[in-house]
Amino acid sequence: MEDLYQEIILDHYRNPQGRGLREPFESQVHHVNPTCGDEIDLRVHLEEEDGVTRVADVSYAGQGCSISQASASVMYDSIAGRTLDEALESLARFQEMVQSKGQIAGDEETMGDAVAFAGVAKYPARVKCALLPWLAWKDAVVQATEGGPHE
Amino acid sequence: MSSPLDARRVREDFPILERAVRGGGRLVYLDSAATTQKPLAVLDAERDYYLTSNAAVHRGAHQLAEEATEAFEGSRARIAAFVGARADDLVFTRNATESLNLMAYAFSNATAKAARGSALPEGADRFVLREGDEILVTEMEHHANLVPWQEVCAKTGAVLRWIPLTPEGRLDLSDLDRLVNERTRVVSFTQQSNLLGTVNPVAPIVDAARAVGALVVLDSCQSVPHMPIDVASLGVDAVAWSGHKMLGPTGIGCLWATPDTLASMPPFITGGSMIENVTMESSTYAEPPKRFEAGVPMVAQAVGLAAACDYLDALGMEKVAAHEAALTAHALTRLTEVPGVTVVGPTDLIDRGSAISFTVDGVHPHDVGQVLDSSGIAVRVGHHCAWPGCRAMGVPATTRMSPYIYNDAQDIDECIEALGRVRAVFGAR
Repeated sequence: MEDLYQEIILDHYRNPQGRGLREPFESQVHHVNPTCGDEIDLRVHLEEEDGVTRVADVSYAGQGCSISQASASVMYDSIAGRTLDEALESLARFQEMVQSKGQIAGDEETMGDAVAFAGVAKYPARVKCALLPWLAWKDAVVQATEGGPHE
Repeated sequence: MSSPLDARRVREDFPILERAVRGGGRLVYLDSAATTQKPLAVLDAERDYYLTSNAAVHRGAHQLAEEATEAFEGSRARIAAFVGARADDLVFTRNATESLNLMAYAFSNATAKAARGSALPEGADRFVLREGDEILVTEMEHHANLVPWQEVCAKTGAVLRWIPLTPEGRLDLSDLDRLVNERTRVVSFTQQSNLLGTVNPVAPIVDAARAVGALVVLDSCQSVPHMPIDVASLGVDAVAWSGHKMLGPTGIGCLWATPDTLASMPPFITGGSMIENVTMESSTYAEPPKRFEAGVPMVAQAVGLAAACDYLDALGMEKVAAHEAALTAHALTRLTEVPGVTVVGPTDLIDRGSAISFTVDGVHPHDVGQVLDSSGIAVRVGHHCAWPGCRAMGVPATTRMSPYIYNDAQDIDECIEALGRVRAVFGAR
């Protein structure tokens, strides 16, 4: 169980980073995990400067287990302020790790606190919890970049 | 705790309960409302059928086909007898979900056929819905007894109504007179809630439905495995339940209905075995129960479920109910000792089954379940396919323990002990 509930994860769960829905934003999504009822509302705010798109803010609210809540907090730390390309790479690395059934340990150098979720991969029922905020963010980015401005 | 059943003796018939989990710990299985474990007698019966008599039933001129047919129809009679029914009134389905869909589709199919003037069985008027007709369910239904009726409404223009819940998690029948009215055509409700453990009063709802001529469907998934049931004496038109929640195999469910009800229903799944005559233009259909059993049926599962009925009858369903009542009383008392734990559902023992949902203040049910799992304790977490019921009770999800014949007070005590550690893990105050 200590594999799953790493101290880093519990810290993020108790003191979530970036929580709360903020303005401005280009898109907002609502994702649920239908097997357990976890929910997240997530907004993304992108800014373009010199042809480079940056994740200026990602803000969220919701309810769920420690894994989904901590994952949202870690995601905020990992991608807020980064370029969109860097953030998408973070998503890819995170998704690859938690879906690897424990085969990919993750690289602390590039992933930071997100590497603490490596243990989640050994609990198939919890992978969806860890991915909930990340896939919500991906969906919001797609809507923001393809769907035009929110207002 | 005093019980008429010796759970330790019962456990010897369930080898899976001897296996180790999560690094060597003893398995404490408290998730029987989701599915029960299977005794050796059930596994042996299935294996024996495959070893000696396996064949496609109701066809073929050979000895195996004859024996398989006998095993299948004999099992139907055995399972029907378990609930005081006649074999001809028992339809086999995949599970209770399919049984309830079979009832729901009788309405949408009859309505669609009537609109086109297509042939319907005699008496099918009961199943033809008109704009503004009403279907009544309750707020505590499993999705299996809610979503199919929502679909019927979407297809026919009928309106869905529901009996709300009291804060304690019982049906609020104060408005029953208004909810069951001359527009009500179907009342479909659960006999025992899988989320709250509440045992519902069948008689007053049946009386109200009868007074307006509405058809009554009962979801007895959580009652047939746990208490003596005599379907005919319930006064309802149809009863649905699953095999795998009563020691039987997965892949078999039951629908009992009165002969008049079955005879007047159009078919649901169509194809082989359910026909009377087939031409290129059209077909006529077999009498029930075959009308509702298209394709090669689940013979081995029927044999296994019949063996499960033998097993439960040998224990005695009165004793099963008394054993569960003793476990429930013990669990409800012990849960009050754990700080931050709140039971979601009735906290007294009156009309109360063994499915016990609860929340732990400050900790999400998924995390509660994970900590219990690390001690080998298997419980269910989430909305238990009763999402509206959770919302009505003001919780997003719960943790649920559901003991059965192979559990004893020690299992409950180990669960309580592990629950005491949960809040420390997450630093909840």
